[in-house]
Amino acid sequence: MSYILETRDLTQVYGAGTPFERTALDHVNIQVEKGEILGIIGHTGSGKSTLIQHFNGLLKPTSGEVLLSGHSIWNEKGKCERKTRFAVGLVFQYPEYQLFEETIAKDIAFGPHNMGLSDTEVERRVREAMDFVGLDPALAGQSPFALSGGQKRRVAIAGVIAMRPQVLILDEPTAGLDPAGRDEILAQIRDYHARSGATVIIVSHSMEDIARMADRLLVMNDAHVMLCGTPREVFAHADDIIRAGLDIPEITKVIRELCRRGFDLDPSIYTVEDAVRAIRAYKEGK
Amino acid sequence: MSDIIKTEALTYVYQSGDGERKVALDGVDLSISRGEFVAVLGHNGSGKSTLACHFNGIRLPTGGAVYIDSMDTRNPDLLYDIRKTCAMVFQNPDNQIVATVVEEDVAFALENLGLPPDEIRRRVDDALRAVGMYEFRRHAPHKLSGGQKQRVAIAGVIAMMPRCVVFDEPTAMLDPAGRKEVMRVIRDLNTRLGITVVLITHHMDEAVQAGRVVVMHAGKILMQGTPREIFTQVDALRAASLTVPQTIEVLFDLDNQTGADLPIDALTVTECADILERYLRPAAAN
Repeated sequence: MSYILETRDLTQVYGAGTPFERTALDHVNIQVEKGEILGIIGHTGSGKSTLIQHFNGLLKPTSGEVLLSGHSIWNEKGKCERKTRFAVGLVFQYPEYQLFEETIAKDIAFGPHNMGLSDTEVERRVREAMDFVGLDPALAGQSPFALSGGQKRRVAIAGVIAMRPQVLILDEPTAGLDPAGRDEILAQIRDYHARSGATVIIVSHSMEDIARMADRLLVMNDAHVMLCGTPREVFAHADDIIRAGLDIPEITKVIRELCRRGFDLDPSIYTVEDAVRAIRAYKEGK
Repeated sequence: MSDIIKTEALTYVYQSGDGERKVALDGVDLSISRGEFVAVLGHNGSGKSTLACHFNGIRLPTGGAVYIDSMDTRNPDLLYDIRKTCAMVFQNPDNQIVATVVEEDVAFALENLGLPPDEIRRRVDDALRAVGMYEFRRHAPHKLSGGQKQRVAIAGVIAMMPRCVVFDEPTAMLDPAGRKEVMRVIRDLNTRLGITVVLITHHMDEAVQAGRVVVMHAGKILMQGTPREIFTQVDALRAASLTVPQTIEVLFDLDNQTGADLPIDALTVTECADILERYLRPAAAN
């Protein structure tokens, strides 16, 4: 079995027994394949953030199981082992607010140090991680707080990458960035994925970003997995996606409008390039 | 004189501790009339936020001048009146909310102004109704969604009855549903209450809703005009690392590849589908 992460009937209830009781995850079954890029989409409150916190044991299931490489991450004593935390690296939303060290190198070294690695190994990993996220090695001795927002975010991501996690999870890595900054971060994540072979999970509510990157998409809605499949397969259910409070790319809307007007086009198209190609093929086919 | 905001050869230079100079604004001449809805676009570092911060005296020109309703921002005696005339709403709602109850937060600035309690009550209620948050007036802000919090922050600003509100990327941290809520409120302020709106954004779909779009690049105004005039200049926008609405991009690319001489000024899905239908239909009819 090649699933790196798996949940079995994973259920999370917040505030059980209080008037504020809320089920954030309701018998969720998902499988993450080794080496894939998985996109998780859902509106605020759909359960997506709760889900990723389960992936490295920050939350304990109310019921159900989380498996890493086929083994439950919770042992018989009800503990989540540290090695799980090292194997599944979680980059939170706005990670730049979590920087705390005097220098960039020290901040990135924090995780690897806690893993008990030797100083030379830590140093190597810091250099490697800085390279991965495109930080100039000359910056290593500088304070992270003097950097721009986008640069700080790279430092924070490097701090997780330096632990060489088998699974890298990023919660809204492009939030608040302009189009150029967004493209840069996404390109680096793609590059990291290609070079390291790690499994990457990206959480977003931007369909346009995530559809371009991910091998598969998982749409969360109301504590359940609503859709799961390749971007094509998922966008074929555009009506469901809109009903779940999410937006579909403008270009998908245009193509669907043309379909409604009687043109035989593929309604799951989600990039401008594909749309142009499909429209030309239609025109030339006549 | 009817310009609520006027800049004359506005220049701003950031000076860092080690004497390094960075020119953020380089001779900007901009006039905004009462009641206008102007969107300012530009990538990170283009100077758009620095420009916004000049509109209520947070930053003062290092060269040139800024007049808010004819008041020179360099005159410290006028600062109070300038800030009452032109208010600002920022990106992160959590940084702008100070009280533990929604209505108290909206009343905060009014209490500081020393207004009579009846007047405060009336203004708070009106402001909360204007943003659709009246029914939440006794709620705790931290339990609201991002879009709701941002609407409370906007209510706090409009309770001061400014003639102009500058929004600095007000939706950058919100999910699609929250973005729609906030944009609806911003349009309402402009059309129903006649408040001048300056919207700093990098979301093209938001800029499309403005009456005029100003594109900033390298500290200068690169171009300005109606959304239709601006967004059809695809090459210039791409050169300024800005994206183009997909509804225009698809027509532009199709036009380039086929030489079909299509109109490309589609700002909405329907307009885009109309143009594509006309392109595809004649062949189908033959």
